[in-house]
Amino acid sequence: MSNAPKAAIAPPFPGIVGDAIVWIDARFPLVKLYKEQVGDYHAPKNFNFWYYFGSLAMLILVMQIVTGIFLTMNYKPDAKFAFASVEYIMRDVSWGWLIRYMHSTGASMFFLVVYLHMMRGLMYGSYRKPRELLWIFGCMIYLALMAEAFFGYLLPWGQMSYWGAQVIINLFGAIPIIGDDLAVWIRGDFSISDATLNRFFAFHVIALPLVLLGLVSAHLVALHEVGSNNPDGIEINKDIDPLTGTPKDGIPFHPYYTLKDVVGVVVFLAVFSAIVFFAPEMGGYFLEAPNFIQADPLKTPEHIAPVWYFTPFYAMLRAVPSMLGSQFPGVAVMGAATMILFILPWLDRGKVKSVRYRGPIYKRFLTAFVISFLVLGYLGVVPTTVWGQLSKGLPLIGGADVATIVARVLTVVYFAFFILMPWYTKADKEKPEPERVTF
Amino acid sequence: MKTAMKLLLASVSLAAASAFASGGAEVHLDKAPINLKDTASLQRGAKTFINYCLNCHNAQFMRYSHLTQIGLTEQQIKDNLLFTTDKIGDTMISSLQPTDAKDWLGSVPPDLTLSARVRSPDWLYTYLRGFYRDDAAPSGWNNTVFKNVAMPHVLHDLQGTQAMLKTGERRDHDGKMQPIMKLAMDRAGSMSPGEYDRYIADLVNYMTYMAEPAGPQRTQLGVLVLFFLVFAFFITLWLKHEYWKDVK
Repeated sequence: MSNAPKAAIAPPFPGIVGDAIVWIDARFPLVKLYKEQVGDYHAPKNFNFWYYFGSLAMLILVMQIVTGIFLTMNYKPDAKFAFASVEYIMRDVSWGWLIRYMHSTGASMFFLVVYLHMMRGLMYGSYRKPRELLWIFGCMIYLALMAEAFFGYLLPWGQMSYWGAQVIINLFGAIPIIGDDLAVWIRGDFSISDATLNRFFAFHVIALPLVLLGLVSAHLVALHEVGSNNPDGIEINKDIDPLTGTPKDGIPFHPYYTLKDVVGVVVFLAVFSAIVFFAPEMGGYFLEAPNFIQADPLKTPEHIAPVWYFTPFYAMLRAVPSMLGSQFPGVAVMGAATMILFILPWLDRGKVKSVRYRGPIYKRFLTAFVISFLVLGYLGVVPTTVWGQLSKGLPLIGGADVATIVARVLTVVYFAFFILMPWYTKADKEKPEPERVTF
Repeated sequence: MKTAMKLLLASVSLAAASAFASGGAEVHLDKAPINLKDTASLQRGAKTFINYCLNCHNAQFMRYSHLTQIGLTEQQIKDNLLFTTDKIGDTMISSLQPTDAKDWLGSVPPDLTLSARVRSPDWLYTYLRGFYRDDAAPSGWNNTVFKNVAMPHVLHDLQGTQAMLKTGERRDHDGKMQPIMKLAMDRAGSMSPGEYDRYIADLVNYMTYMAEPAGPQRTQLGVLVLFFLVFAFFITLWLKHEYWKDVK
């Protein structure tokens, strides 16, 4: 970002600290980096509630890494000892229970925060030019996060860990021709076993955290290159104050947004702590009851459901009818549901970015999309029989379970939001954008 | 924008409401009177657990030494509760061998350390009071919440023998007559029903503690943490307002 004036770099610290900074600066661009990324990075002044979730996602990432390191000190990635080692952490390790609950709650809260962060991007058109790459890095983070969560969920080696992993690996097995070999390749065995647990551990604690850190860095570099979007969806860099050389509607990230984000952090930590200390199982959604039984390859749990953050996609998987005895169509739909996010910047033909100035058609589509995502998420948690049955299936839609029919309709709604976007965004009656941000 | 937000909020609350409406259990469960601060109850429950449950079941993640958390001294534990081991740091392992269990009972009794988290305290409380005589079952016993369970009613001397009796009939959705079944005491045990309920309540209280020994500490610390965060909220909010006064 070049909206910072090229002033002489003079550290404001006297004495030895100042000397040290001068010494470092002669060898490493410390002050320059700080100014570019924080001190002189100007963000729009009209950020609202939805803008807390980026910094919160960063906080959770750090928290997961730190608690993860401490868990690794006592966890044993061995099918014989894994379950017992988690209980050892919960009972015998000093503060082990707190570290474990922070990590398990952190996983769910990470997804919650990331979903809200993505929702912000959708609402205010933060994926639009020039932020396409920023959005794509974000989508990659989301995918990496799903992989990280999937690998991590096997590690406690409970019944849901085992059978959840079984279900997800079988999805890969449904891919025609290469499926079976692919599933064996992922597991490292013909069934989920000690070999699977070991490699999942390696992926969870080394491979994916590295990928995530790399992607988050790229996400931030891209953000600071193009500058933040804002709830009005207009570019603040178009209106530079000639006196200061900075955007008229921009304020330095530090101290304004650092201090504002700290308030967000405290509120988030209050919610987080309420869960960790008073409802760590979160009614069976964050820690599932069957996962307090050690994995048993011979006993399938009555009802296998993935953790809540995967359930919208799981509901789609179940809703799509199998073809020629293969589950592959469902798997393909589920994959497409996440991959379609990547092309979003090129689907949107609207003139304005923010939902504030969009027309009524876009608003209806967005609302339908959000409802479909939430209801699919709910349907993925419960058995397909939850809403009872019709005596016979409907024409075209088929299916006899009411929930399956609803899931099919909502899957179509989910995809319609994206696939029809080039048309409805073009046809929509938008309102004019303001010249300056509303503050 | 306002309407979009309203619709969003409405849909969120709709999804949340339907999530809470679901998950209706088929069997009615009685509410277990759990109080993890009642150390006397926890100690009575621990005694019952070790005297009865531990004959067949393990609690392989629970150390005897942890019982100091519920107000027992190491000497008291050693003198009164160590039957299967002589080391206080050991976990609670039954003397019943898994192979013998399979031969005698048909299956290995499940580990009970975490059963309160797997099943819920209410389930345990109802289950342990829900055994009744059933000559058709292999063990001679059946249970209201766990049909055809392999476990016999170990505490029948205390509770007495219950029978499932038909008390009337009622029409179901299809118009067919279905019998109304009710538990009734066939032969009284050494305890009155009220005494037995309290006895089981103590046991379930202990099993709830055992499933998560950190539980009492967790909630205690949680109150402090939340107090601190409320305080921190006002401080940080005030600081933010001070700085943001410049932003016009």
